[in-house]
Amino acid sequence: MTLPALPRRLLLGTALGASLGASLGAAAPHAARAQGAAQLLNVSYDPTREFYRAFNAAFAGQWKARTGQTVRANASHGGSGRQARAVIDGLQADVVTLALAYDIDAIAERGLIAPDWQKRLPYNSAPYTSTIVFLVRKGNPKALRDWGDLARPGVSVITPNPKTSGGARWNYLAGWAWALRQPGGERAAQDYLATLFRNVPVLDTGARGSTTSFVQRGQGDVLLAWENEAYLALAEFGTDKFDIVHPSLSILAEPPVAVVDRNVDRRGTRALAEAYLQALYAPEGQALAARHHYRPRDEAALAAAGDRFPRLELVTIDDPALGGWRRAQATHFNDGGLFDRIYQPGQ
Amino acid sequence: MTPRRRDPLPGFGLSLGVTLLWLLGLVLIPLLALLLRPLELGPAGFWHSVTEPRVLAALRLSFLGALAAAAATVPPGLLVAWVLVRYRFPGRRLLDGMVDLPFALPTAVAGLALTALYAPNGWLGAPLAALGLKVAYTPLGVVLAMAFVGLPFIVRTVEPVLRDLPREAEEAAATLGASRAQTLWRVVLPALAPALLAGFAMAAARAIGEYGSVIFIAGNMPMVSEIAPLLIVVRLEQFDYAGAAAVGVAMLALSFLLLLALNLVQRLWRRA
Amino acid sequence: MTPSTTEPRGLRWLLILLAALLLGVFLLLPLAAVFTEALRRGWPPMWQALSDPDALAAIRLTLLVAAIAVPVNTLGGLAGAWCIARYRFPGRALLLALIELPFSVSPVVSGLVWVLLFGAHGWFGPWLEARGLQIIFAVPGLVLATLFVTFPFVARTLVPLMQEQGREAEEAAATLGASGWQSFRRVTLPGIRWALLSGVLLCNARAMGEFGAVSVVSGHIRGETNTMPLHVEILYNEYQFVGAFAVAALLALLALVTLGAKALVERGTARGAAA
Repeated sequence: MTLPALPRRLLLGTALGASLGASLGAAAPHAARAQGAAQLLNVSYDPTREFYRAFNAAFAGQWKARTGQTVRANASHGGSGRQARAVIDGLQADVVTLALAYDIDAIAERGLIAPDWQKRLPYNSAPYTSTIVFLVRKGNPKALRDWGDLARPGVSVITPNPKTSGGARWNYLAGWAWALRQPGGERAAQDYLATLFRNVPVLDTGARGSTTSFVQRGQGDVLLAWENEAYLALAEFGTDKFDIVHPSLSILAEPPVAVVDRNVDRRGTRALAEAYLQALYAPEGQALAARHHYRPRDEAALAAAGDRFPRLELVTIDDPALGGWRRAQATHFNDGGLFDRIYQPGQ
Repeated sequence: MTPRRRDPLPGFGLSLGVTLLWLLGLVLIPLLALLLRPLELGPAGFWHSVTEPRVLAALRLSFLGALAAAAATVPPGLLVAWVLVRYRFPGRRLLDGMVDLPFALPTAVAGLALTALYAPNGWLGAPLAALGLKVAYTPLGVVLAMAFVGLPFIVRTVEPVLRDLPREAEEAAATLGASRAQTLWRVVLPALAPALLAGFAMAAARAIGEYGSVIFIAGNMPMVSEIAPLLIVVRLEQFDYAGAAAVGVAMLALSFLLLLALNLVQRLWRRA
Repeated sequence: MTPSTTEPRGLRWLLILLAALLLGVFLLLPLAAVFTEALRRGWPPMWQALSDPDALAAIRLTLLVAAIAVPVNTLGGLAGAWCIARYRFPGRALLLALIELPFSVSPVVSGLVWVLLFGAHGWFGPWLEARGLQIIFAVPGLVLATLFVTFPFVARTLVPLMQEQGREAEEAAATLGASGWQSFRRVTLPGIRWALLSGVLLCNARAMGEFGAVSVVSGHIRGETNTMPLHVEILYNEYQFVGAFAVAALLALLALVTLGAKALVERGTARGAAA
């Protein structure tokens, strides 16, 4: 009597558990997409939070006026590398707006985006640019004017980790580009970066973490930051606390954007996603970018911004000295690359 | 599988079936995925991946930090347990409730609060900095956060044992002329030792993997104040899944060894 | 009680004071810091931060995740505690050890395992993708990560108690002809209800407060896959410190309510034991 009862009950228990699991699986997707409006997900990087919050609202208005359809544009922010990873892992992004082309290339390599993505939109698919500047304490007490000053003894420099942060890679490469133009060539440039990174007391994983360390926690004498991030810090924490220093030479940071082909084709959102990116290039989008301290491509918007974006010498990532993202990544940031060799904390 | 022939108590099959399914689906299969992932690296690749200087430094910080934090919480944990069990005073219930705070407080909130408190411009960080002691953004901050999450484990494992400790032994020792200090040292402490060790093991095990409360206060400097769980996140950001899983496996293996060693010590203790 | 089995009155008070001071500085001060920072600019900004649509969505999502995860782990925990405490069978100790395993697994790993299983490049990734199902970066992923982290809480609080109780009462009920369900409801449940409640409370507190595991599987979409702890981090990263600490304060308040409820439950246990 009891012998057959055991397997039967075991079966019953298993079935009970399985049905529970199934109901769980069935219930969840409903919760995720409850609204009837069209949804668009923009997966972006850290310092664009404020800009895309404003842009998403503006775009929703435009789209409604043009097509009559209500659209809810969502944004996800984080370190650029982490965000690219999430998209590769299946985060259903319609568009990606990341810190560097390398991260979008990584998504393209997995077949989610067409390989020629960077040619599909004007200006290398980067609707706005930025550069790397120094944010210093008010009055610039350590007299930090150019890259050379950052390697002086007793100067404390805050920058995120180039291994994980897109912004930090721009920081690093801007310093490298400057150093290569100094006497001594590549050898001296390596020594310069090694000395510079010995002055770094905290290496956060993302640009926002570094800004918080510098601004909120009072760490360091100078923060290497995106120009837009530096202006935002001034706006948030008061111009009486910090100054922005533009060095003699910096890098032209081009944060690119792309439609995630595989996702939009499956979700049927291609028209919406393409219109979204086009709107970034339109006058309204350009003005909004300028208002959030990104350098607009549009000459009119740039002129309207006045002297907030001083002209300085900017090298690009495709400069022969840097050789494009692929080479820069391999030489400097991959495991065993130059950064690993020069950065030896605790020794 | 049959527990006994004709067990009068029904429900064995049902409960075991549910338990196994629950365990298999939610813990064992996922962990299997973790264990199998680094296989694609090959043994040499796996070894290389977990013995990189930065990984070793992070594992060292996570483990030594956890041990230090657990050890540091033993005396205060013992004191609190003692006071709660042996003394009656107004506010005892409140004190008792406070002990569980780190259990219930979300780790991210704890991390945020500790950072705000111990940063160089925080309530406690400023006076400590004046004394030349930096807590936030140093390994010391990591240990502090780990101690925060570990304290309740010590108190809660010692408390029941202390409550059940027969007073007769203490009385006998006192009658035989032992001073109070001698009694505590020779009679009470040895009786509490296994519970202390168990609490220590649980606090350490929890602290090794702790992420939310540590991450805000650590400063995350590679080789200095970077914990092993963060390294997993960093490797994920570099699309290095196998490498991330390798660090996860290494952490699991080391935690397991630690718990095994403490278990052995406990067994030897009991036999002695 | 002979006077020599306790400490002199002065020392006693010194120790009590020391313990209170210790807990105050070490545990209470961080809590005070959260509330102070949240109220730095008074009530209105705090209230505004909490009634923001994204914050409300985060609160709803947190409650939803806990509402799914806690019952599942309660049922599983009950079943696990029942077979471990009521029967002897080979592998019993191993089963208990496996149930406790998630305690010593890092939260980050608890999230990672689900990515390895259900991520686009995980074991079941292609299968899910072909069917248009989304687990990671959606609510099911959050639920699974939370389930893993809070897995042992209920079983762990029940096993020692049920082992202590023994199986005589249920055996007697069975002999008297009670069905399994009747015996469970009339005999077992009343004996364990306070411990069960206490385990459920802790499980719930952890489910609502989990950060590391959920962070790995969330995707951080505002208003969609952000739970409250993740929303705290996001606000913090947007320099909305008042907002970040406001949501943190709400979470801390939930923790305090949990502790209060647990204290009440434990008083109930003590009364139940005395009766």
